[in-house]
Amino acid sequence: MTTATHYLPASRRWAWLANPTLRRFMRHKLAVLGVVMITVLILACVFGPYLLHYNDLSIDIRNRFAPPFTGNHYLGTDALGRDTAARLLNAGRISLMVGFCAMLISIVIGTLIGVIAGYYRGWIGAGLMRFVDAFLSFPSVFLVLVLAAFTKPSPMVITLIIAVTSWMEISRIVEAEIRSLRERDFTLAARMIGASSRWIMFRELMPNAIGPIIVAATLTIANAILLEAYISFLGYGIQPPLPSWGNMLNAAQQYLGKAPWLAIIPGLAITLAVTSFNFIGDGLRDALDGRSDLK
Amino acid sequence: MNADEKIAVAHLNVAFRKGADYVPVVHDITFTIGAGETLALVGESGSGKSVTSLAIMKLLAEAPKTRIDGSAIVADRHGAPIDLVAMGEQQMRHVRGNRVAMIFQEPLTSLNPVHRVGDQIAEAIRFHQSLSKADARARARALALLEQVGIPEPVKRLDCYPHELSGGMRQRVMIAIALAMEPDVLIADEPTTALDVTVQAQILDLLRNLQKKNGMAILFITHNFGVVAEIADRVMVMYAGRIVEQGSVSQVLSSPRMPYTRGLLAAVPRFEHAGLAQGELGTIAGFVPDPSTPPSGCAFHPRCGYSIAGRCDQQAPVLEEIEMGHQLRCVRWRELATEQEGAR
Repeated sequence: MTTATHYLPASRRWAWLANPTLRRFMRHKLAVLGVVMITVLILACVFGPYLLHYNDLSIDIRNRFAPPFTGNHYLGTDALGRDTAARLLNAGRISLMVGFCAMLISIVIGTLIGVIAGYYRGWIGAGLMRFVDAFLSFPSVFLVLVLAAFTKPSPMVITLIIAVTSWMEISRIVEAEIRSLRERDFTLAARMIGASSRWIMFRELMPNAIGPIIVAATLTIANAILLEAYISFLGYGIQPPLPSWGNMLNAAQQYLGKAPWLAIIPGLAITLAVTSFNFIGDGLRDALDGRSDLK
Repeated sequence: MNADEKIAVAHLNVAFRKGADYVPVVHDITFTIGAGETLALVGESGSGKSVTSLAIMKLLAEAPKTRIDGSAIVADRHGAPIDLVAMGEQQMRHVRGNRVAMIFQEPLTSLNPVHRVGDQIAEAIRFHQSLSKADARARARALALLEQVGIPEPVKRLDCYPHELSGGMRQRVMIAIALAMEPDVLIADEPTTALDVTVQAQILDLLRNLQKKNGMAILFITHNFGVVAEIADRVMVMYAGRIVEQGSVSQVLSSPRMPYTRGLLAAVPRFEHAGLAQGELGTIAGFVPDPSTPPSGCAFHPRCGYSIAGRCDQQAPVLEEIEMGHQLRCVRWRELATEQEGAR
């Protein structure tokens, strides 16, 4: 991951530009494109709604199904005459937020279980990993739908449901990583100076596994966004009038022939967000793996 | 334990569980190391050197998987004797790095790659003195330690990551970490094996000087007799988990009595190799026996050039004192000694 660099004085603020990890990431063109797309998407979702002329909830029956670029409706209007652009950006806020928060929660659960299972091995490790396997053996979409059917959907509940069904992959990755790290000499050296198990797990081992965790986090966001769109499309997710990319698609399917842009626009947003996060994940995976320099 | 002894190990036995049985790997190790003294523990791979040191530090797998008995007594901060063998993991945490510290063979992998060197040293202090992370005292002590172990420009090095330092420097950092709490006993497990010869000499010098200053006892594990001659006061040779010969460096190195020690010494490359053809190195044929199927009699007899059927393979030798401070374990040592005299 690192090359033998000589000591760099702290005054060289820009030294990070020479960072081999960053250099490898920049070489991954699609990943850079992904970062640009996501940045634009996030900025648009955060600030966009303030710049538009319409609110995402204001209904205008006289102006139903306006095609894109009619007046100030840059992306047209939907079946109730609501501004599609405003709905898209507000939906983006919710969808990205759900994706991001679900990722954070699943990273915390997944890493915690992975670190403990990898460190203790024995029956604690085996028990935890069988628990992970048990969760993995349910197809997550069905698990999500079952959970969603029994709860009152709100963005927070949807986030929790997605998080609960997507931490398993992370804990498997982390467990494998920690299992190999704990055999390294510095683990023994840490015990040698009187470190506790908790210290070794979370201060010595976990920071060394941060690369795979970051990669897994990025890919988890992509999956979480997709999963949210999926359940909202099926009607169990974010409930109208709150917009989400998934329920916009759901609403659009009735008018596919009459107003195709209503489906195309949120569909594109989902595709863009998910592929961008996947590209970033790929780029990070290569960037954080020093061996890719040899290729 | 006498007043000037820093560590006293008595009748230390270690056995590993294999199926339903326990396989003994270390038998009846007894030694003491005094203040400012260095004891070298020598033997080939698999002879039980590292297991002995890890058993003293209680770093082997816990109770049902291994069985340790005997005692290993050191003094706590107040000078009261404590037996490491009897201690639990929680108590051991306060001993490790505090009363007894250890440095390893591989300085390249013994430092955590993601933490700065200064933080890693300061951690060792914080574990035992409950200073907060922001406390400047830990950092100041880390700086003083780096100076003490002879690292140039220590202020800059504090903020270095391990990969920015050379192998020798990293071993110096490891020593600084080990010395952070001024331990009574330092266990050095082949600390110079991975370093080149000039750096090796520097590190040995450093250890000697530090020892002179703070009077710690060093248990130095190695298979290199050059290093033994350089640093140790006494030598203990181990074979198949037993002490086979021990004595002062001059006793063991200049007049080794046990055939195994002689074999090891013959395997050291030298410029003028007496009795051997040019360029030929002595070797000991065969391997260290599997601890689960130990040979009968003397554990070394299948590989020993002097073994006699009917004696060496039946009679287990005991550790005998042949002169003041020189002990060995061989049934034939008297005959061999006269043979040796005759050959001279």
